[in-house]
Amino acid sequence: MVVSATSLSRSGLTDFLLQRVSAIVLGLYGLCIVGFLLANPEVDYDAWVQYMASPVMLLFGTLSIVSLGVHAWIGMWTIGTDYLSEHKMGRRAVFLRLIYQGLVALSIFVYLLVGLAILWQFPFGSA
Amino acid sequence: MKKLREMEFDGLIVGGGGAGLRAAMQLSQSGYRTAVLSKVFPTRSHTVSAQGGITCAIGSEDPDDDWRWHMYDTVKGSDYIGDQEAIEYMCNVGPQVVYELEHMGLPFSRTETGRIYQRPFGGQSKDFGKGGQASRTCAAEDRTGHALLHTLYQANLKAETTFLSEWFAADLVKNQDGVIVGVVAICVETGEIVFVKSKVTVLATGGAGRIYASTTNALTNTGDGVAMALRSGVPIQDIEMWQFHPTGIHGMGILVTEGSRGEGGYLINCEGERFMERYAPTAKDLASRDVVSRSMVIEINEGRGCGPDKDHVYLKLDHLGIDVLDARLPGIMELCKTYALVDPAIEPIPVVPTCHYMMGGIATQINGQAVTQDTAGNDCPVQGLYAVGEVACVSVHGANRLGGNSLLDLVVFGRAAGIHIQDVLRQGVSYREPSSSDLEHAMERIQRWENSESGENPADVRADLQRLMQDSFSVFRTEEKMRGALSQLAEMRKRVEHAHLTDKTEVFNTARVEALELDNLLEVAEATAVAAEGRRESRGAHARVDYEERDDENWLCHSLYFSQDRSLRKRAVNFNPTIVDPFEPVARVY
Amino acid sequence: MRVSIFRFVPGMDAKPRMQDYEFELPRDRDLMVLDVLEQLKAHDSSISYRRSCREGVCGSDGMNMNGKNGLACKTPVSEVAKRDRLELRPLPGLPVIRDLVVDMSQFYRQYERVEPYLNNDSPPPAQERLQSQEERAKLDGLYECILCACCTTSCPSFWWNPDKFLGPAALLQSYRFLADSRDTATEERLAKLDDPYSVFRCRGVMNCVNSCPKDLNPTRAINQIRTLLVKSGT
Repeated sequence: MVVSATSLSRSGLTDFLLQRVSAIVLGLYGLCIVGFLLANPEVDYDAWVQYMASPVMLLFGTLSIVSLGVHAWIGMWTIGTDYLSEHKMGRRAVFLRLIYQGLVALSIFVYLLVGLAILWQFPFGSA
Repeated sequence: MKKLREMEFDGLIVGGGGAGLRAAMQLSQSGYRTAVLSKVFPTRSHTVSAQGGITCAIGSEDPDDDWRWHMYDTVKGSDYIGDQEAIEYMCNVGPQVVYELEHMGLPFSRTETGRIYQRPFGGQSKDFGKGGQASRTCAAEDRTGHALLHTLYQANLKAETTFLSEWFAADLVKNQDGVIVGVVAICVETGEIVFVKSKVTVLATGGAGRIYASTTNALTNTGDGVAMALRSGVPIQDIEMWQFHPTGIHGMGILVTEGSRGEGGYLINCEGERFMERYAPTAKDLASRDVVSRSMVIEINEGRGCGPDKDHVYLKLDHLGIDVLDARLPGIMELCKTYALVDPAIEPIPVVPTCHYMMGGIATQINGQAVTQDTAGNDCPVQGLYAVGEVACVSVHGANRLGGNSLLDLVVFGRAAGIHIQDVLRQGVSYREPSSSDLEHAMERIQRWENSESGENPADVRADLQRLMQDSFSVFRTEEKMRGALSQLAEMRKRVEHAHLTDKTEVFNTARVEALELDNLLEVAEATAVAAEGRRESRGAHARVDYEERDDENWLCHSLYFSQDRSLRKRAVNFNPTIVDPFEPVARVY
Repeated sequence: MRVSIFRFVPGMDAKPRMQDYEFELPRDRDLMVLDVLEQLKAHDSSISYRRSCREGVCGSDGMNMNGKNGLACKTPVSEVAKRDRLELRPLPGLPVIRDLVVDMSQFYRQYERVEPYLNNDSPPPAQERLQSQEERAKLDGLYECILCACCTTSCPSFWWNPDKFLGPAALLQSYRFLADSRDTATEERLAKLDDPYSVFRCRGVMNCVNSCPKDLNPTRAINQIRTLLVKSGT
């Protein structure tokens, strides 16, 4: 058993499943968007807002943004631990990885906030 | 001399094959500090190449099977110079030892009822030879040795045995009282020379098939244990008895299991005749190995060999069908396709008798302790020294081993030695520390190679030695050739003494290892030559053109070779089994 | 043919180098790569490599031949040599001790980590434990592993995390015991595998399948472990 404090769930299986489930959510969400655009070839802004502000799409959108965060963290964490490892670079790796993971976490956090802000402006209108 | 680093153990096992690992496991489980010192990582040992199985009367294929029948077959197979008390012990304890292996996880093939699968092998019978062919060889497909070796290594991991992998034992260390107190060994990875001290030393170094040019043996089977024993004054028993396996792939020396004939394969000559029917009307292709090998050589000598040079015969398996071959002999299919470029499901396999097994070795008691002989001819145990497996001669194989009996020998006597050594250690062992001259004596060889400054390439001497042995000590032997070989061997000793180790580096120096192995090959070759020339009869694997008959009056005994004066003495065969009546020698017919 | 061998002799070479040897191939038959090495070593005894059974069952002589991992003793020269050139290097991803000899201790440690032995808490019967032919068939393709390390050292995930990712060989053995009807420690075994590295670093690259000299399929075994983990997790 390899212990890793910074992995999302600390369980390989949970991470593995989360990554797959989040991918499915993102895929389905993508399909909904593409499907809407295909079904309404001459869509205008009002129709778009109306579609995005529907409760189902709001919830789905929120779920997708969270999924994106989860998916990104697991993926980026894995890449970081592949390339920035003590095995290859010694103690230096811990420091480098901390910076890398900090940056990734910050980016994901910002994306989450901005994403949610954009999404939830639809029902309430922009300022 | 610089003081050697020392390591200390309760039990030191030299060699990590089936016998060594079984003994080590027994000792480790009882809590003694046990080390296995092996020149290869344990799962690379030659046990891994054993294919067909482990013969044992567990009564799976035939519920009425009886270990006494197995004993009868083994005694007959040995041509009556197998020790009957030891054979009785092996056949009787066998089932329990095989079950233990199964409990450790060995992935045996299974019957429909879920028991261990057993196949017919050569020399097996029911009802003391009167009930026809038996199926007594327990198998894991045709990879039984691999399955067994890995299982035993795994059991040792569980038992937390210490492994000194890729360490080469140069020589035994004998103290002033003649007690063996460990070995001087080289850690191959670093080149460091270490005195590995132990209360008991078990040699489990396997055979020495590499004294021949063509052998089924691994490149590492160089008789290290035999040679170490000889150099420390311990004699070697029945070393003239070399088994030639009937079915080595022609030109490659790679083994095709006897199990292939057990599953229904048979040999044919260039006329397509199933010739074994002439030589062994009852057992046919499943006669004893010595019988089949001789028949093959006669066929070839009389011009009925196959191929452009008429120098081999064919093993026919295609009639068995692809399903049976894939299910029962998948390893053979792979080996034949890779090395003989033959698909056994379509064409016959070119085979020739090939050096396979050393029946001789260090004479031991049933508990594994090495035995020597005093000047009056009485047995006396060697303190501190044990031997198990192919390097030992308990003797259960006598003049000819039956297929499937070697794996049984490994585990039965590996275990017996382990159990006995536990008792010895429990009672307490104390011995005199070896003096510095004792250690220097054990380091002589290393020093000799280290100090060599010019001379012949050891690889050239080795090749000549192997050709000589192949030419003079094969299936049939003649006085003339053997005499000639003896004088050539004397020449070779001089060549080895003046050979040159060019590479003197420390780290993973395999040239040094091969040079030290060459010393060992030479010891075994000399012992073989003296013993083979000395035994003036034909018995089992030892077939002489000039003495065609078995001579029970003079030679119903073991030979015992001492290297100090290159003498050959006789040692009585044990005819005193404790449970059954002894089997008296009769003519051997299959 | 030109045979180019990776040479590094500590104490003599400051850094690794490639050494070229000319080798005359027989016209009438193919040789195995090990045959070539043995003949070269008879002349230059300083070339170091491991070998033992020379028939593909002991797993000693795993090496990298013209870029592909395999056993020297069962790889015909004609199969790997390109443009009359044979390039021999040690297995990648493990420290080199000397020439073609690598330090396998990391590989063995990972093997030991999966507890590669049968665990059964019930007292053994007087005879063998029964196992049906179907149950036994589940071990085929698993128990035959010879620990040559060709698979594990061709796996990028192992190159990156050799101390944390078990690697294909160890995982194949892990599944060999998970799949054995006689083993009763399935839950404990699975619990020890459920971390983000040990099993889940497998990315399905399948280099292991490609390089296995015994035609085994570690990727399939790894997927079966994942399936077992999913089943035990739900």
